[in-house]
Amino acid sequence: MANKILVALDGSDGSKRALSAAAQHARLTSSDLVLAYVIDWSPYSFHTPQELEERHQRRESEIQRANDSVLNPELAALEAEGIKVETVVHHGKIAETLLELGDQHGISQIYIGRRGESRVHAMIFGSVSAALVQTSSVPVTVVP
Amino acid sequence: MKRLFYILGVLLCSVSSAQAGIDDAINAATAPIATFIGQVVFFKIPIFGAQLPVVVLWLVVGAVFFTFYMGFINLRGFKHAIELVRGDYADPNSHGEVSHFQALATAVSGTVGIGNIGGVAVAVTVGGPGATFWLIVAGFLGMSTKFVECTLGVKYRKEFEDGHVSGGPMYYLRQGFSERGMEGFGKFMGTFYAIGIFIGALGIGNMFQSNQAYVQLNSVSGGALDGLGWLVGLILAAVVFSVIIGGIKSIARVTEKIVPFMAVFYCLFAIIVILMNAGTIPQAISNIFTGAFTGEGVAGGALGAMIIGFQRAVFSNEAGIGSASIAHSAVKTDEPVTEGIVSLLEPFIDTIVICTITALVIGTAQVAAPDFAGDAQGVAMTSAAFEREFSWFPIPLAFAALLFAFSTMISWSYYGLKGWTYLFGESERGQTIYKLIFCAFVALGCVVQLGPILDISDALVFLICVPNILGLYFLAPIVKREMNSYFARIQSGEIKKFK
Repeated sequence: MANKILVALDGSDGSKRALSAAAQHARLTSSDLVLAYVIDWSPYSFHTPQELEERHQRRESEIQRANDSVLNPELAALEAEGIKVETVVHHGKIAETLLELGDQHGISQIYIGRRGESRVHAMIFGSVSAALVQTSSVPVTVVP
Repeated sequence: MKRLFYILGVLLCSVSSAQAGIDDAINAATAPIATFIGQVVFFKIPIFGAQLPVVVLWLVVGAVFFTFYMGFINLRGFKHAIELVRGDYADPNSHGEVSHFQALATAVSGTVGIGNIGGVAVAVTVGGPGATFWLIVAGFLGMSTKFVECTLGVKYRKEFEDGHVSGGPMYYLRQGFSERGMEGFGKFMGTFYAIGIFIGALGIGNMFQSNQAYVQLNSVSGGALDGLGWLVGLILAAVVFSVIIGGIKSIARVTEKIVPFMAVFYCLFAIIVILMNAGTIPQAISNIFTGAFTGEGVAGGALGAMIIGFQRAVFSNEAGIGSASIAHSAVKTDEPVTEGIVSLLEPFIDTIVICTITALVIGTAQVAAPDFAGDAQGVAMTSAAFEREFSWFPIPLAFAALLFAFSTMISWSYYGLKGWTYLFGESERGQTIYKLIFCAFVALGCVVQLGPILDISDALVFLICVPNILGLYFLAPIVKREMNSYFARIQSGEIKKFK
């Protein structure tokens, strides 16, 4: 069975650089790629009844947008090169969900772009890449 | 959109040039209407010297029946409710949909309102300390009613093609009855309920809230707002307007986030105040128990205290009214019973926790200084009890009351809207008309006095309990079957925890 590499994408430049580094890795080791887009979401947030009513619709359109504007455009080029690619869109806490997805797909390596948040921002909200590095059970490559 | 704001602005200016006498004029006009509606809905039968409104009997009998019929689900389901809210059973693949926690939080912010602060004071004033005991009992029994109505809400909700969902008593009444071969009756009941929730939304979820928010603001400002009810009303109406018509979601979102913290803040301080009066706690609690069974000094004695307690509890936690089942219907689950179980927590938080704490604050103050509140009633009385310990407390309390009132109004504007769209369809134009009516009543609420307001909103809200609970009786066997099958599958391990 081929190795699987997970790449966290969010449409940013950093995540594009992470993808090209991961693709390079995949080519050299003939690994498969899993492109993951995690939409930040918490089950413990507060909403008005109107928002709850529209939640299902909104979720569908969030997933649609992630697929259309971020994941699918990369797909064709990678497959043309003969790399096997899976895509997945998921809601949840970003670092936690990436690790869960990693477990599910049996991956051996994670690539993530550095978002370059300011120190204050990282202090308050935490940095996704830092959290991954701290908690992952497989090697994590943070691409600047 | 801009035009609507413009119209409101013009309205505000023209009214502000009028005299403060508007208050009295509106009072004079509404009082007789209130009395009439109250008499019809609260038709009373005299029992042992007490006056027992038939609707209250209807609600209590229902709650007792569901508690026994569902085998004390209010006790049995409690632990499981917490597991569900914690997300132990949430399928990671449905992440991003409405969670149990979110549905519960939204429903709770609709029920935790001024009733928890002011309604309890009204109960203690009229029904004596003993009313508190019956309030708690009613909260406990109400958990079972809530379980039945929220399970049905999810089971019979309507999923539209574009993916949005609508649920609530009007849907389960119509469909539930027609499944049993009573199509015409089901349609009638659904329509009756929809009309009731629409009108009720203007009372309990609207005028009563804005009225008490104004009263509190006025008393904090030392009466500076006397006769200015119309102005406060218009400002409140303008804010509600900007959220429900203007679509300014940020205001709603901020409130939805602050309200839970306010509730915790309120309870914390209430507990501190109670503890500061620690010496009077035993006496206050003994007053609650003796009052409950002797009803000393209460019209109608123990039964009188009981009636008041039950009435206030339903007014606060809305069990039997069916409103919460509208909010709970949006949850993502394949098991309607799970949402019913989660909804058990609502009367628990609202009535058994928050109302009891308020009652104790007032009760301990009464023991320490029987005349602490003077003539103050409602929210003002609760505020006076806090003020004895913390002179600055009325200010944050007024702020909390304002936010509670506001979030309740936003939730109820939605409940009323669902009644309206059930009746008149989903057209945008119709919805805007409804929302304008709703805003007008927000302003009106600050103008009329507490008495008539309580009468009108109590009456309208109790009225829709009639079709709702009748439907619950008919559909209870379905709920029971689903509940038994659900617990059997939990037991057998077919339904597993994900965490």
